[in-house]
Amino acid sequence: MHAFLTGPLFYISLAVCLGGMIFRFYKYFTGLSWQLDRVAYKEYPMMGLKGAWRSIYKWLIPYGTYGWRQQPVMAAAFFAFHIGAVCIPLFLAGHNVFLKEKLGFSLPMLGACAADIISWLAIAGLCVLVLRRLVLPEVRILTDRKDWGVLLLSFLPFATGLLARYQVGDYGLWLNLHILSGELVLLAIPFTKLSHVFLFFASRAQLGMDFGIKRGGLKGTPMAW
Amino acid sequence: MPEGKYCNKTPITTAEGITDLLADKSGAKYYEEMKSLEVDSDLLWKTIQNTCKSRIRTWLEICAHCGMCADSCFLYLANDRVPEQVPAYKIQSTLGTIIKKKGKVSNKFMRDAMRVAWAQCTCCNRCGMYCPHGIDTGIMFGYLRGLLYQQGFVPWEMKIGAGMHRVYNAQMDISSEDYVDTFEWMVEEYEDDYPGLTVPVDVEDADIMYTVNAREAKHYPEDLAEAAILFHIAGENWTIPSKGWEQTSLAMFAGDWVACKQQVESVYDAMERLRPKRMIGTECGHAHRASVVEGPYWAGRKDGRPPVESIHYIEWLAEALREGKLKIDPAKRIKQPVTLQDSCNYVRNHGLRDTAREILSYLVEPGYFIDMDPRKQHNFCCGGGGGFNGIGYFRKERNVGLKVKRDQILATGAKLVIAPCHNCWDAIRDLEEEFEIGIKWSFLKPLVIEMLDIPDHLKPQEEDE
Ligand code: HEM
Ligand code: HEM
Ligand code: SF4
Ligand code: SF4
Repeated sequence: MHAFLTGPLFYISLAVCLGGMIFRFYKYFTGLSWQLDRVAYKEYPMMGLKGAWRSIYKWLIPYGTYGWRQQPVMAAAFFAFHIGAVCIPLFLAGHNVFLKEKLGFSLPMLGACAADIISWLAIAGLCVLVLRRLVLPEVRILTDRKDWGVLLLSFLPFATGLLARYQVGDYGLWLNLHILSGELVLLAIPFTKLSHVFLFFASRAQLGMDFGIKRGGLKGTPMAW
Repeated sequence: MPEGKYCNKTPITTAEGITDLLADKSGAKYYEEMKSLEVDSDLLWKTIQNTCKSRIRTWLEICAHCGMCADSCFLYLANDRVPEQVPAYKIQSTLGTIIKKKGKVSNKFMRDAMRVAWAQCTCCNRCGMYCPHGIDTGIMFGYLRGLLYQQGFVPWEMKIGAGMHRVYNAQMDISSEDYVDTFEWMVEEYEDDYPGLTVPVDVEDADIMYTVNAREAKHYPEDLAEAAILFHIAGENWTIPSKGWEQTSLAMFAGDWVACKQQVESVYDAMERLRPKRMIGTECGHAHRASVVEGPYWAGRKDGRPPVESIHYIEWLAEALREGKLKIDPAKRIKQPVTLQDSCNYVRNHGLRDTAREILSYLVEPGYFIDMDPRKQHNFCCGGGGGFNGIGYFRKERNVGLKVKRDQILATGAKLVIAPCHNCWDAIRDLEEEFEIGIKWSFLKPLVIEMLDIPDHLKPQEEDE
C-alpha cells in the first residue's frame, strides 16, 4: 500500500496535476478573443503585461487591495489558510526529503517550528472560512455541495499530516492516509474548483489586461485595486 | 402563440415597427405576450458555444462562492442586503444555469433572467474590482443581455431603443435634418449674446468633431447651444457631422450587438469623411463607452481605438481651462458645498478619475468641494445606469436603487451635485424628486458658462453707449 502511494500514484497524480493545468492554461489563453472579450490583447503587449502583473500581485498582498481591506476577517482567514496551503506542500522539510528521494531535487525547507505554526494557522483559517459559509447569508446562498467538497478535500491533508506529525495513534496509517489525501488534491486540481490554484493567475491576468489596455491603461491610469 | 405581434425575436428595423410598438402603451401587451414567447433553446445553446469562451466560462467555474463581491454591489446594499442581490448569485442563477442546462430553460426562467439582467444589475462593473479572482459580473451581465435580446426577452424600452438605432442611427427618431436644424436654431437664439456664434456643419479637416446624445437635440437643446458657446469662446475650430452625430447606444444596454456595430460605424464614417483631428463627445458616460471604449471592437478595429483620437467632454474642458482657452472669473466661482458624481462608464471603465476634479479646481472656491465616499474608480453607480433609468417596468426597483447615491450625497452635505453624465444627471434628478433631499444638480457646461471671463472682443458690442 505504502509503496503504491509513494510510487505509481505519486507520479500519476503529479503528472495529472501539472499536465492537466498546462493543458488548461493553454485552453484558457487560446480561448481569449480580442473581439469577443473586446480587449486588444495583442496590440499592446507591454500595457497588458503591466496590467496583468498589477492585478495579480496586488491581490497576493495581505490587505493590499480595497477588496481585502473591506473584508478584514475574510482577508485574515484567506491568507492564514492559503499561506499554509501553498507553503506547506512546497516547502515542508518532510515533503522535500520525499521529493529529493523521488525526483532528485528539493526546494527550500521550512524549519519544524515554522511549519507547525503555519499548519495550525492554515487549519484555523479554514475553520473561519467554514464558519463564514455556515453563518453569513450572502455566502450561504452561494454555497453548494461542491464548495463543501473542495473545503473537505483541502482540509484532509492538513488534518492527516498533523495527526502523523504528532504520531497520534498509528503513525503509518495516518501517513498513508495523508499521502493519499495529498494526492487526491493533486488529482482534483485540474478537474474541480481547485483549478483556481492555477487559473487564479489566468483570470486575474485577463482582468488586469482589460484594465491595463482598454479600461484606462492606455489613458495612463493604472487600476486602483 | 410563440412569437407575439409586439414581443418576438425579430429586431425592429422600420419606422412603422417603432410606431407600432410605441403605440402599445408602456408595453402592456408586449409584456403580456412575453409570457408565451417560446425559447429557442437550440439557437441559445449554439450562440453560447460560439461566443462564450474561456474568459466567461472560467469565471463561472472558479467562482469560489465566497461572497466577497456582495458588499461591492450598490443594489445589494440598497435592497437591505438580501442574498438574492449578491452579484455572484445573480449571475450564477441566470447565465450559469442557462449554460449548465445547455440552453434548455423555460419561458418563466427567461423572464426572471430578464428581470435580473436589467433590474438587478446596471453593468457598473464595481463588483469586478472586489472579487479576489477578478470575476467581472458586470461584463457577464452585458453578455447575458445579448442572449436575452436575441431571444426576445428584453424590456420594451430597450427593444424600441435598439430599433431606433437601427432605423435612425440615433436613440430617438431624429433625422439628420432635424438635428442640424435644431442645432442651428439654438445657436441663433444665442447669437445676440455671443456675436459670431455659429455651428459649422460638415466642415472637413476641423480640429474637433463634436458628437452628442440625441436627448440633447430632443429634450435639452440648450445643451447644444452651450457646447457651441464654449467652443466659440475657446476659439476652437470645430464642426458637427450632419450624419453620425449620435454618440450614444441604447443598443449596448439592450444587448443588440448588430445595432451597436451599425450605430458606432455611423460615427466612425463621419470621422473618416470629415477627417477631424479629434472627436469630442458630450457630457455622457455611456455614449463615451459606446463610441470610444467598446465601439472600436464592435466595428472590428483591431487596435481598439476609434479612427481618430476621441475624448470625453471633460477631457476637453480640463484642457481648455488648463491652457487658458477658457478663463474663469474668480469672483464667480462656486461658493457653496458641492460634490461630484463619477460616472462608472468613463471613470471606472476608462480611467478618467482625476479629470473632472481638475476642472473643479478651477470652478470651485477652495474648501467647497467635498468628495463622495467611495469615489473615483470605486464610486457607486448613480443608480440608473445600464438603461435602468429608462425602463418603466422596473421603475420601482430603480427608485430603491437610488438610495445608495442619496446617502452618499447626504453624507457630503453638498447642495449641488455636478454630474457630467446624462444617466447620472437623470438619476440624481429623479432621486431628488423621489426623496426631496434639497439638492440641485448640473452638467458642467451651464456652470462654466455662468463663470466665464469672456474676452472683450467676444462680448456683444453695446449699441447705446
Ligand atoms: C502529494 C503528496 C504528499 C506527500 C507524499 C506528503 C508527505 C508528507 C510527509 C512524509 C510528511 C511528514 C510526516 C511526518 O511528520 O513524519 C507530511 C507532513 C505534512 N503534510 Fe504532506 N504530503 C503530501 C501532500 C500534502 C499536501 C497537499 C498538504 C497540504 C495542503 C500537506 C500538508 C502536510 C502537513 C500540514 C504536514 C505536517 C506538517 C508539520 O510538520 O507540522 N501535505 N507530508
Ligand atoms: C497560488 C495559489 C492559490 C491562490 C492564488 C488561491 C486563491 C484563492 C482565492 C482568490 C480564493 C477565493 C477566496 C476565498 O474563498 O478564500 C480561493 C479559495 C479557496 N482556495 Fe485557493 N488559492 C491558491 C491555492 C490553493 C490551494 C493549494 C488550495 C488547497 C489545497 C486552495 C484551496 C482553496 C479553497 C478550499 C478555497 C475556498 C474557500 C472558501 O470556501 O471560502 N487554494 N483561493
Ligand atoms: S456590475 Fe454593478 S450592479 Fe451589476 S452586480 Fe456588479 S456591482 Fe452590482
Ligand atoms: S467575490 Fe468573486 S469568487 Fe467570490 S463569490 Fe463573488 S464572484 Fe465569486
